[in-house]
Amino acid sequence: MANLKEIRIRIASVQSTQKITGAMKMVSAAKLRRAQTAIINLRPYSNKLNEILKNLSSSADEMENMPLFQQRKEANIAIVVISSNRGLCGSFNTNVFKKVEHILQTEYAQQAANGNVQLYCIGKKAKEQLIKNHEITWFNETLLDTSAFDEIADLGEQLMQDFINKKIDSVRIVYNKFINPATQELVSEDFLPIQNIKNESESTQTNDYIFEPSKDTILCELIPKILKLQLYKTLLDSIASEHGARMTAMHKATDNANEILKELKLKYNNARQSSITNELIEIVSGAEALNN
Amino acid sequence: MNIEIITPDKELFKGEATLIQLPGIDGLFEILENHAPLISALQKGKVKLKDTHEQEQFFDIRGGVVEVLHNKVLVLAE
Repeated sequence: MANLKEIRIRIASVQSTQKITGAMKMVSAAKLRRAQTAIINLRPYSNKLNEILKNLSSSADEMENMPLFQQRKEANIAIVVISSNRGLCGSFNTNVFKKVEHILQTEYAQQAANGNVQLYCIGKKAKEQLIKNHEITWFNETLLDTSAFDEIADLGEQLMQDFINKKIDSVRIVYNKFINPATQELVSEDFLPIQNIKNESESTQTNDYIFEPSKDTILCELIPKILKLQLYKTLLDSIASEHGARMTAMHKATDNANEILKELKLKYNNARQSSITNELIEIVSGAEALNN
Repeated sequence: MNIEIITPDKELFKGEATLIQLPGIDGLFEILENHAPLISALQKGKVKLKDTHEQEQFFDIRGGVVEVLHNKVLVLAE
């Protein structure tokens, strides 16, 4: 039976595919761990920054008057899309694109029709997909590998400048939020104008700080920093989610390969058995013929 | 006094020092032992600190904030 050889070849190919998916899963697991450490390293910084803000924000009313808080009619909008550079990570990227398209067709349909939507893409996949139907203002793919604070800070600064100069009236971020290695939540967050800066508890201990140069100046300096930090956090979140998604996808692929292998082996053994039976019948009937 | 200099990606310095010089928005200033509580914004520049062995160390920052409280100096750099 020629079938036998075919099945053997298929088994070999499934096995090698399984090896690849298994290896990719391990790689993603290692990268995920690194991404998670980066998030944890960021925590003391952001905690401290919020604490200082809390100490400062007794003049919270004045904060509302700052340009970055200004609510305007949303004539020009910008969307920051964070995807991945590589595929094979399940629905990680497609979910992001669907969400962006959805936003562009419902909430911002008019702006999109007028061409007043700017797309800021991070990751090759977003560029490849969105360039088909839209214009892309800004694109970066190295950020995902380096996760450098400086680069993302530059983007944040540019967005804030454009917002203050009224080139854009609203900024959205669409990305995958990291919940745990197996779950990602797709979110679209408002970045600008600032909706509210968390200020739940009143500062409990009031240390008599000297403010140098003045409270307001420091506040003006601090708010952009917090925004940049927020942007950086979203980037790290998205990177961790990507590796998590890829890990899950590769795990599933390895499992599926196992399943296919099982079926193929069964088929192979069936074929082998029937070829042996056939041979036996031939021998036996040949012997019979001689006896007669 | 205890000094910590951290950035979003890493920790630049942690330990004891006798003097730290910072690039404040209105100019350079130094902090010595037993400074009063202070919060200040920083601009792009060099941070200089003198550790307990009188060795000088320099760090480049792009801006940041500094908080001084009970002989603990925390620099949130960028």
